[in-house]
Order: sequence, then structure tokens, then C-alpha cells
Amino acid sequence: MATIVTNPSDTKAEQPANPAKLYGYIAEFETPGDLMAAAEKVRDAGYKWWDCHTPFPVHGLDGAMGIQRTWLPIFVFFAGMTGTIAAFFLQAFTNSWDLHVWAGVWVTGYPFLISGKPAMSLPAFIPVMFELTILFSALACVKLMFLFNGLPQLYHPLFRSHRFRRATNDRFFISIEARDPKFLPRKTEEFLRTLDPVAIEAVED
Amino acid sequence: MTTLDSKTLIVDNTVDAPGERAPLVLNMDKFSQVTATVCRVNEADKAPFAWYVAFAGALGLLSVLGACIGYLIITGVGVWGLNNPVMWAYDITNFVFWVGIGHAGTLISAILFLFRQKWRTGINRFAEAMTIFAVICAGTFPGIHVGRVWFAYWLFPIPNQMEMWPQFRSPLLWDVFAVSTYFTVSLLFWYTGMVPDLATLRDRAKGKVQQLAYGIFALGWRGSNRHWHRYERAYLLLAALSTPLVLSVHSVVSFDFATSQLPGWHTTIFPPYFVAGAIFSGFAMVVTLAVPARELFGLKDLITLRHLDNMNKVILVTGCMVGYAYSMEFFIAWYSGAMYEKFAFINRAFGQYWWAYWIMVSCNVITPQLFWFKRIRTSIPLMFVLSLFVNVGMWFERFVIIVTSLANDFLPSSWDLFTPTWVDIGTMVGAFGLFFTLFLLFCRYLPMIAMAEVKAVMPQADPHGAGAGKHGHHGHAHGHDHSHH
Repeated sequence: MATIVTNPSDTKAEQPANPAKLYGYIAEFETPGDLMAAAEKVRDAGYKWWDCHTPFPVHGLDGAMGIQRTWLPIFVFFAGMTGTIAAFFLQAFTNSWDLHVWAGVWVTGYPFLISGKPAMSLPAFIPVMFELTILFSALACVKLMFLFNGLPQLYHPLFRSHRFRRATNDRFFISIEARDPKFLPRKTEEFLRTLDPVAIEAVED
Repeated sequence: MTTLDSKTLIVDNTVDAPGERAPLVLNMDKFSQVTATVCRVNEADKAPFAWYVAFAGALGLLSVLGACIGYLIITGVGVWGLNNPVMWAYDITNFVFWVGIGHAGTLISAILFLFRQKWRTGINRFAEAMTIFAVICAGTFPGIHVGRVWFAYWLFPIPNQMEMWPQFRSPLLWDVFAVSTYFTVSLLFWYTGMVPDLATLRDRAKGKVQQLAYGIFALGWRGSNRHWHRYERAYLLLAALSTPLVLSVHSVVSFDFATSQLPGWHTTIFPPYFVAGAIFSGFAMVVTLAVPARELFGLKDLITLRHLDNMNKVILVTGCMVGYAYSMEFFIAWYSGAMYEKFAFINRAFGQYWWAYWIMVSCNVITPQLFWFKRIRTSIPLMFVLSLFVNVGMWFERFVIIVTSLANDFLPSSWDLFTPTWVDIGTMVGAFGLFFTLFLLFCRYLPMIAMAEVKAVMPQADPHGAGAGKHGHHGHAHGHDHSHH
């Protein structure tokens, strides 16, 4: 089963006519368990520019790869607080204060009496403060998640590989990039072989 | 539940065996089977014949909606049956109805996610789609109800030459913020969840157009675990943000009524009662949509009988809550000693709108009680019919609350009855056209089931269990350390 079908020379169909720079190697695995065992070895071998590619998040793989916990929630918290404060000032400015400020154009607040309620009705402002907290948090959360991930990135060298298309279907891949300081074409390929993958493929940049 | 050949297993996954997890995916043990089953719907050259029939019907109703709204805008809100005491009727009923429908989608995607209810994965994608389309329908109604729709931007605090601002001490404005935030966050949640599945469709696409279209929306997703790590964090945060949001939305909708002085509206039970009702009606709509969708698109192994059984249980629970709220309203009306409040409720049940009230009670209180019986909970035709009853009942609930309270308030001299015009009815029916048009397009062109999430809850996905592969023994040594990340 575990035949190593491709070397750089075997993948002519996937390569450009002119020999280009090597992006790295990908190794294909059949099950999440195989991938996880292999990932631990890649981590322990000291590679830095490498990744796992899976059709779904594999439980425990973050630890097997040694990924640091993301700072995303901290940013989202501050985005949420920004929403709360922005909502308070929006409502206080428009309904409670008589200020003339420049916000793109000159705008003026308009406090007016309604049902005898005080101009600064903090309890009445809470629903909108809550909603904008959520809105700012959610927008920041999604935006920053994709930004930190370097997405959108519509082109990537890995998309050259037909084999790699199964990474969004049913197969599990490890990629080691050529820019890794420990990367040596022959040695890294040998190393990947020891992980017992189904296949290894070289991907051109 | 299905006829099976010798190769597949017959599994009744509605059986509750203590100590054993019921399978969530039937007759499949490979991830590629999940991909193929879900993508087949989008990749087929032609949709099932029934899809075309339904789509034609939906477009027909959508044009009715367009015509009615066009007529309304050209002529004015007088084309509706509104009168002096009853200034809110079908429009706001429809608004509350559709917002309520949306709540089940968020409950499934966010609250069940936080509670680690893995069965949500089979239904969350299209329940979330339902949420978004329902909120679009809902948003239409207040927009056209303002009368001069070209001034609808007055709802938002936009700097303008009149130096005029919206009134933030009014619950109607809270509603604008709640519903628009709800729509935005639901859309983000839905889209974020869909990105990995769009990448699957991109990688399988045969034609250039599909590859490009799915490719752009997949944002270049390549299943990187460094990406998954942040993605899962973000998804958890979105679930945690959506949970209080969804509870707030229908609470704010109920403030539109509860903060007014009108008998029948001015009650503290409204926020929880509205939220329970919203989830009740939303789940009924999910069942209404799931039953034909799983038949038509061959998704019975992913949206299994157990999923439907679970949803029917939610309908039963929330139906009981709604029934409790109805009786508590009556109790408080009597216990408060307020004569207007007492009159409002007696008038609801026995006044001129008695028929609407009793349609509401029979559909919302009596119907769900049938779900105590497992045979009914697991019978496809029965649950479909009962879910329709709940949909009807919940529409009438909003009608009863809004119209009976307005029609007969404090002064008998100002009483008047509401009778819908053809424009009222056309707009109400037409909104279903908008909803189903969007929903059918979604079924055809977007992944209806969250493939990545379904795969992740299959036993084969566990790197230390069925998915351990040839290095299976390894897992025991390190598995424990890593399971907490």
C-alpha cells in the first residue's frame, strides 16, 4: 500500500516546462492517526516551515505540531470593547449632548425631551451598546482570523499538485517547505520516507 | 429506515443505548463518501425535477411579493387593511414570524456547538442558511412599513443636512441594531463555516466557471492545520458571541411590545416567552425543510432519523414553554387585578378574534404534545404535518398578540377591527416566495451539509480511535498530553 509513487522526476505532468524553484515536499497519509504520528516526528526533527493539511480539524494535532495558542481572542476582546464605547458615545452624542463636532462633515447632537426621560438615559442605551459589542467582536474575529492565516490567497504553489486536492476531501498531508533552514532536498525526502507515507511528491514554486 | 443491500449495515440510530453513542453518519465509513454524497447535489448537471417545480413556484410567489410591494410603494400604506387603532398587523406579524424562524439556525449553530451536541453538524449549514433567508424576509417588512421607503435610511444614525438623529431611547431603534447585527453575525458565521467546504467544491470542480466561483469564495483555503487552529478559535468565539446575541434579538423584538403601555403587551414575561417561541417555530421550519430536502437530495444518511427525532424533542420542550407562557399570561392578568389586562386576555380568547386565538392554542400547545410518543417523533409524514401546524400556529401567535391588543385597547370608542386586504395577504404569501427562492438556490449551488464538520465527528476522525491507522498504538503514549489543546 505504502508505495512511494512520485519523485520530482515522476511528476512531469504537474510541473512547468522550465525547471523552477522547489516549493517543498508533500507527504500523503491515509488516516488522521498516521498523520499525527508523523507530525510529532517532523516537529521533533526541528523543522519550522512545515504544515499539516487536513479535510477537517484533527483533534490533538495542534499539540503534535507544537502550535502556540493564537492571540486572536485578545484582539477580539478589545474589538468588542471598542464597540461598547463607540455605541455609548454614538448615543450620548446624538441624543444627550449638544456638541458640534467634525466627523467627516460637521455634525451636531440633538438632545430632546421625550416622555420626560432624561437626556442621558444610560439604561436605554444598553441594548445598542450590547449589539455593537457583538458586531465589532464578530467582524474583528472573522477578519483577523483570515488575516492572520494569510487569506485570501487565491494562488498557492500547493494547488499545482493534483494529489493535494484530496486534502479537502479525505487525505492528510504534511508539507515541508524548501525555505526551511533544515531543508535539504535529498535528506528531507529520506526523512519523509521514514514517516511511512502513502506517497511523496515534490511541488515546484 | 432505508432499504439496504447486503454490503451496508442496517442501523436504527434512534435507539438509546446507555453507554453507547448513536452513529451520526449511517452507511459510510470513508470521508470521501461524505464528500461525494454532499457534493453530488451541487455537481449534478441537472437538479431533481421536483427542484425545478419548487423553484418555479417560489419565483411565482416572489413576483407576487414584488408586485405587492411595488403597488404599496406607489400607492401608500393605505393599501393594507390598517386602521387607526390597528396600525400594526400583517406587516409586523410577518416581521416577528420571520425573525423567530431564524432563531433555530443560530441555536443549532451556536448554542448546540457550545454544548458539544455533535448531531448539530448534520443540520447546521442549512439551518443557518434558513436563518439568513428568514432575516432577509423579516427585514423587508419594517422597511416597507415605514410608508415612505425612500426615507428608510432615517433608521440609521447617518450624519445628514437636517441635523436629525434617530431616537435611541426607543425600542424600535434597538430593534434596528439588534436585527442588523444579527443578520451580519449570522452571515459571518455561515460563511466562515462554509469556507472549507467551498474549498472542497473548488478542488472537485470540473468546469472553469465553478472552479473560479468556488475558488474565489474559498479564499484559497488549503486545510492547513495552522489555519485550522485559528479557524477553530474563531468559530468558538463566534458561537460564544452568537449565543447571547440570539437571545437578545428576540428579547429586543419583544421590547417593541413590552415597553409600551398597551394591555396584553406590557408584560415582563415577553422576552423569554418570545425567545422560546422563536426557537419553537424555527425548529418546526427546520423540520419542514429537512424532511423534503433529505429525500430529494439523497441525504438520509447524513440527516438521519435521529437528527429529526432530536429536533422534534426540542419542538416538544419549547412547545411546553410556549404553553406555559400562554397560561401564565392569563394567570398574571387575573392576579394583577388590572381590569384592562383582564379584559385584554378574556377578549383574546373569547372576543372577535377568538378563532385566531384557538388556532394558536391548538397548533402550539396541543400539536407538540404528540411528540411525547417516539412513534410520532420518528414518523416522517407525521412530523412533517405537525411541523406545518407549528408554523401556522406561530404565525397566529404573533397575529393574536399584535392585533387583538391594538384593536380593543382602553377606550371602546376608539376600537376597530382589522381585516386584511389582498395586498396584505399577497405580501405575506409572497414572502415565502422570497424565502424559498433563496433556499432553493442555496440547495443547488452551495454545500448543504457542513462536510468538514460531519467528517470530524465520524469515529474515523479520531486519531487515537478508529482513525488511528497503522500507527495506532502510538496514540496512547502521547494522546493524553495533546487532548487538551
